[in-house]
Amino acid sequence: MSNCCSCGNNDLTLLNETLEHYASVPGSLITILQKAQGIYGYLPADVLNYISDKTGIPAAKVFGVATFYTQFRFKPVGKYLIMLCQGTACHVNGSLMLEKTIFDTLGIKDGETTADGLFTLKNVACLGCCSLSPVMMVNDETYGNLTPEKVRQILAHLREEAEKEAQE
Amino acid sequence: MKTVKVGQGSCGISAGAAKVYSALEKTNLNAKLTVTGCIGMCYLEPIVDVYDENGELTRLVRVSENDAQAIADFVNTGDASKVKKLLVCEEDSLFLKKQTRIALRGCGIINPDEIDDYVENGGYTALKKALTEMTPESVIEEIKIAGLAGRGGAGFPTWFKWNAARASEGEEKYLICNADEGDPGAFMDRAVIESNPHNLIEGMLIGAYAIGAKEAIVYVRAEYPLAIIRLERAIEQVKENGIVGENIFGSGFSCSFRIKAGAGAFVCGEETALIESLEGSRGMPRLKPPFPAQSGYWRKPSNINNVETFANVSWIIENGGEEFAKLGTPDSKGTKVFAITGKIKRGGLVEIPMGMKISDVIFDIGGGMKTDKNFKCVQLGGPSGGCIPADMHDTEIDYKKLSATGAIMGSGGMVVMDESTCMVGMARFFLDFTAKESCGKCTHCRIGTKRLLEILDRICKGEGREGDIELLEETCNEIKAGALCGLGQTAPNPVLTTIKYYRDEYEAHIKEKRCPAGECIDLLKYSINPEKCIGCSLCSRKCPVGAITGEIKKTFTIDNEKCIKCGQCLDACRFGAVEKR
Ligand SMILES: Cc1cc2nc3c(=O)[nH]c(=O)nc-3n(C[C@H](O)[C@H](O)[C@H](O)COP(=O)(O)O)c2cc1C
Ligand code: FES
Repeated sequence: MSNCCSCGNNDLTLLNETLEHYASVPGSLITILQKAQGIYGYLPADVLNYISDKTGIPAAKVFGVATFYTQFRFKPVGKYLIMLCQGTACHVNGSLMLEKTIFDTLGIKDGETTADGLFTLKNVACLGCCSLSPVMMVNDETYGNLTPEKVRQILAHLREEAEKEAQE
Repeated sequence: MKTVKVGQGSCGISAGAAKVYSALEKTNLNAKLTVTGCIGMCYLEPIVDVYDENGELTRLVRVSENDAQAIADFVNTGDASKVKKLLVCEEDSLFLKKQTRIALRGCGIINPDEIDDYVENGGYTALKKALTEMTPESVIEEIKIAGLAGRGGAGFPTWFKWNAARASEGEEKYLICNADEGDPGAFMDRAVIESNPHNLIEGMLIGAYAIGAKEAIVYVRAEYPLAIIRLERAIEQVKENGIVGENIFGSGFSCSFRIKAGAGAFVCGEETALIESLEGSRGMPRLKPPFPAQSGYWRKPSNINNVETFANVSWIIENGGEEFAKLGTPDSKGTKVFAITGKIKRGGLVEIPMGMKISDVIFDIGGGMKTDKNFKCVQLGGPSGGCIPADMHDTEIDYKKLSATGAIMGSGGMVVMDESTCMVGMARFFLDFTAKESCGKCTHCRIGTKRLLEILDRICKGEGREGDIELLEETCNEIKAGALCGLGQTAPNPVLTTIKYYRDEYEAHIKEKRCPAGECIDLLKYSINPEKCIGCSLCSRKCPVGAITGEIKKTFTIDNEKCIKCGQCLDACRFGAVEKR
């Protein structure tokens, strides 16, 4: 867990409602972690320790479960979370090239965030729209039938959007 | 009154169906506007279906929000002139005509958010029949007559599992639906849940009655948010209507129902790992036996089936097992849903009777390749499956016949590849997936998949060694024999089948440092033929990394150090001057 962001200043009381509801229900650890990530955007170490305290589940198990599943992350994500599909259909239709394009444009690899905190890249397996492959999802928007060209345009557009927002 | 239905499965929404819907709402459309799930023709999304007063269907495809007014005018006046370009063509409508829909019935027709729509189409009559007219034993008998086999991959007879769970000692039993759908490139289960969630609930309740479970749980893959929303809504509706809960239909049978969202781990599709995950632990498989039927969720008797398996159940109870068994082959009864993707022209969801030939699915229904290259092979069963080469295209879709090729029926992923796909690269792709997804519990899988990946990696990079093919085969056999669960036991399949059918490609990579399909980037080299180049600079403008330089009207050159081998220059050049080796 050395890569885990351990800033210890999160408002832990935000979790109390979830914990009241689930702490005593056996088998709820994953659900609690999902709710916690929904609240904080990721799973900071102090939140994980707090869950352990309140549920009585050993911290080792809480961390063990959290790190097992790909849904959970331990660092904050950028403003735009790029989920690049690496499923079979997208692979066959050229998703590796898109990953390269993103790396060339933003300088980030799977799991990394740009220094300006704008973009995070995450490879995922199948977004379920294989007929539009290759596909990526940025926050809630899906983009299909991608080419490196299109990806560059989309990224440039998002950056512009963010800059505009920042100015306002 | 006419009805206008906008297909809103995940793929439809990704293609812009929600925008089309809101645009239609803003027009003067004089018809009932509703939503439906996945019609299955994902390649034509967004799709708008217009039903006239007599139920006659006009299908409009590849619609955009800008077409909304034209559609409204067409619906209001009946004048199709403005929507001509949107009308589905004859060829495309064949896509559905050649299918037989049991598990997918209602998908793309009913509104998944309305229980009334499901009930009006005959929904929940099978459940009522089972609960009020049949004993649990006779339900199991009907499933046995139907010959229904598990659609999650292994094809185990469903009646047998139900019977075992029923026979197990104990009052507390669980019925679990496996909606973890881990095969990347497959989306059958998602489509069923998004398009017809009540059909799943009905099948599960019948199963719960048959085994004597008081709680039914659906374990849904985390990446399927829309499926979770629709299923949650459907559960609310059945609760309100007394279809789950206490004393259902006055039969004395009670059963509760809930969803559990997974958290992203392929191994959790394996039933004992799924149970561990349901209990809030790391999804690591348990040793079998004991089987879940004896000791499953919280060590109580449990039965786990796939979504599609359950989606067949209400039809069987309604129409009888014999009707179901009339479809298919002696070994494989009924229908199977496939998600066809890859280099196929008409990609989408297909449900066909067992026994159909692979070539019929790919060419008659799927329309063949979308590229100008030839059909090379089809991959079934994802990371646990294997490929079937083009020259075996007349293999029938049947559990035994598919297994005989080295591939498996799988859960329904069918990825079609053309000659531009490298088979060594494909094996590498799957091993990369399984090596990452291996849970680490057993050594054979944890280390074995890594070793396979390393060998495949070096072969793709042109660093393969003499004897690597034999080393792969040996390692594969060791893993198959030694792995704890199905993940490891089947992980070698993509390697073994590609070696079996495409050994020459492996040899070309190892001995000649050449990728016959032209896909392995490290073995590729792009260059510009000075004889053909006219110096138009198009390639240089297309190059994403500025690797092509030159002066207008003179020959351009590619800097191979910078080149990322994306092939855009090759596609861009109108004079055939860019060459790939
Ligand atoms: C690694 C692995 C992944 C699996 N993934 C799935 C899955 O995503 N969906 C599924 O229904 N079954 C999956 N299975 C099969 C299940 O273990 C189990 O056999 C199945 O859910 C039983 O249902 P059925 O009899 O209706 O097919 C997987 C098995 C293995 C070994
Ligand atoms: S493989 Fe990319 S969406 Fe399915």
